[in-house]
Amino acid sequence: MTGRLRRAGLPYLLLLPAVVMELLVHLVPMLVGIAMSFKELTQFYIRDWNSAPWTGLDNYRVSVDLSAPVGKDLLHSFAVTCVFSVLTVALCWLIGVAAAIFMQDGFRGRAVLRAIFLTPYALPVYAAVITWAFMFQHDNGMVNHILHDQLGLTGERPFWLLGGNSFTALVVVSVWKTWPFAFLVVMAALQNIPKELYEAAAIDGAGVWQQIRKITLPSLRPINQVLVLVLFLWTFNDFNTPYVLFGKSAPEPADLISIHIYQASFVTWNFGTGSAMSVLLLLFLLVVTAVYLIVTSRGRRSADA
Amino acid sequence: MKPRLSHPPMGPPERDDPAMITLRAATAVTTLTALTLAATACGGGAPTGPAASGNPKTLTYWASNQGPSIEADKQILGAELKKFEQQTGIKVELEVVPWSDLLNRILAATTSGQGPDVLNIGNTWSASLQATGALVPWTQENFGKIGGRDRFVDSALGSAGAPGKDPSAVPLYSMAYALYYNKKALRDAGIDKPPATWEQLVADGKKLSKDGKWALGVEGSNLSNNIHQIFVLAKQHGADFFDAAGKPTFTSDGAVAGVQQYVDFMAKDKIVAPGNAEYAQNQSLEDFAKGKTAMVLWQTAANTFKAHGMSPDDWGVAPVPLPAGGGATVNSMVAGINMAVFKNSDNLDGAMKFVGFMTGDEEQKILNKAYGSIPPVKAAQQDPAFNSPDLAVLRDTLAGSAAPLPQVPGESQFETAVGTAVKDLFAEAAAGRPVTTESVKERLTKAQQQMPAQ
Repeated sequence: MTGRLRRAGLPYLLLLPAVVMELLVHLVPMLVGIAMSFKELTQFYIRDWNSAPWTGLDNYRVSVDLSAPVGKDLLHSFAVTCVFSVLTVALCWLIGVAAAIFMQDGFRGRAVLRAIFLTPYALPVYAAVITWAFMFQHDNGMVNHILHDQLGLTGERPFWLLGGNSFTALVVVSVWKTWPFAFLVVMAALQNIPKELYEAAAIDGAGVWQQIRKITLPSLRPINQVLVLVLFLWTFNDFNTPYVLFGKSAPEPADLISIHIYQASFVTWNFGTGSAMSVLLLLFLLVVTAVYLIVTSRGRRSADA
Repeated sequence: MKPRLSHPPMGPPERDDPAMITLRAATAVTTLTALTLAATACGGGAPTGPAASGNPKTLTYWASNQGPSIEADKQILGAELKKFEQQTGIKVELEVVPWSDLLNRILAATTSGQGPDVLNIGNTWSASLQATGALVPWTQENFGKIGGRDRFVDSALGSAGAPGKDPSAVPLYSMAYALYYNKKALRDAGIDKPPATWEQLVADGKKLSKDGKWALGVEGSNLSNNIHQIFVLAKQHGADFFDAAGKPTFTSDGAVAGVQQYVDFMAKDKIVAPGNAEYAQNQSLEDFAKGKTAMVLWQTAANTFKAHGMSPDDWGVAPVPLPAGGGATVNSMVAGINMAVFKNSDNLDGAMKFVGFMTGDEEQKILNKAYGSIPPVKAAQQDPAFNSPDLAVLRDTLAGSAAPLPQVPGESQFETAVGTAVKDLFAEAAAGRPVTTESVKERLTKAQQQMPAQ
């Protein structure tokens, strides 16, 4: 009896350290964050959180009140972030998959090219994005030097870090920074597709395009399921790229939600509202993730059947 | 020990080993990580920095970055801290914090109660930080420990906390805005003396802005600098950004006129290069040192110009212009650095001694000379070193025509909201779109709506 109990308990015992750490590192701060969102945690109270008055749903009401400027800005920022994330993930995936497939066949210099492709992923984010910020400068930046001075494509030097172009700049940097990850994952997955499938298909007369569509992409499906989700969550939450590129106050067309929440809490010293916005974001991402996993898993199960 | 907030508080989750085998587990873990991050990012309460150790023989000191580099600051301050150690036996652990991090670090220290014993703050934050209750108030008794309140210049004390309350910090370095001009550029354009009124500045500016060179440099994307400039211009139009009760009044006619006048240097007068709209890292000072712009409105910029290789003979310093009609007198904010004692310090006695040392006559002369600033201590100001043509302008401005930025708890929100409004207006101007009274008023209205209800 005790022997069986001991055996049944062993997995849990082994898991215990991980569970404790998980609670400490992730769950407790998360609960604190949720608690904060119900408090009026402004500069008058941050020294002693317990003295901050409970405000019920006030912070949430302010955040979602679309007729007031705070709510309107949050919604705008949310929309910008959605478009930005979808665009970035799509481009990263497309470039990553294409590059991985091209790199699949052996040729001279493949290893060097692979290493070069992975460089953006290996560089420290800050250094890389600061370099981009320099390149996007209006007067002395390399981008304008090439587009305007060398190629003469634009009538006047465009601004990249202000106004509408800032969104383009943000997407470019974000894709540049993230696509090597897609490349790496897909490349690893490609190694697992049996060569025989392609040989058989070639004998049956399938062209390259058909092989990609009928063999490669379906085989990548389980990888893609994770890859797209991870890319989406990273991109959606990305703070470093916009912060280094634009500083504390991003231009409106590129006002990502992470910067927006940072501004709503740190810059204006209102941690309650910032937390409320974070919790709303958490709920949204939970819903997206759940729906995504249900939809993609169901599709796969029926495909497997 | 590395404080956590030296990098921004959010980031992508750790990138784990990409070769994931069990997809589902990986999905679950990553999802959880990413989701948790969203919720905890604003937790803020991480302990930072070496906490006061409880040892009466040590102190930690966060200094703001005053010199050309952090290393330069460490050298300048290091020598003085050694003197302090010899005199009192108290060892001061110095950390020079860059401006981009300082406020975040102070906020984190306030939230967690773990911070330095003594710290530098930008004097415009005095009232905001005072409201948190994290700093030791400078009561009559505390002032007594450092030689008395009347040792300090009044205008500097006016920027050390909300009016009518005990200051939250004592003045350490004082600075004021002045008009720096390139002597040769003005001479070449046939201008024999620097402009004394805005009308003259615009007229001279039109002569100076040609052949790829521009008359005036601005830092369009630097929120604090935008605030400093429009504060003065609004004052000259008779407006304040807060009323006596501390309520924001951003949309008054004078405030709108002040903001519009500043942005119009680029939009209407065309004496500022459009590219300045994205400047936020003191590029305008570099442009000036390299001769690309002829004038710049700045506080104690001499050391920066020298660092960029400009010879001190090549630039002149004049008071910031006033409107032609007369009447207005304010032409600078009271800029400067204050020194505060953290309430959670467990060496309050040593902290007071250290503040007394740093604000003593002798140290004031040494430090302010090194940093090119003006001592806020009356006795130290008498030193002939602060009589040079450069510094005399700054000193007279501080004594006669400088006003403190609003000392209200909402000051830092004001800097963000209105500073962003000005930044956005510069972006409009740079893109060639007109800046009108209506568009200025609209931006300021939006900024005012973002202010928390008080």
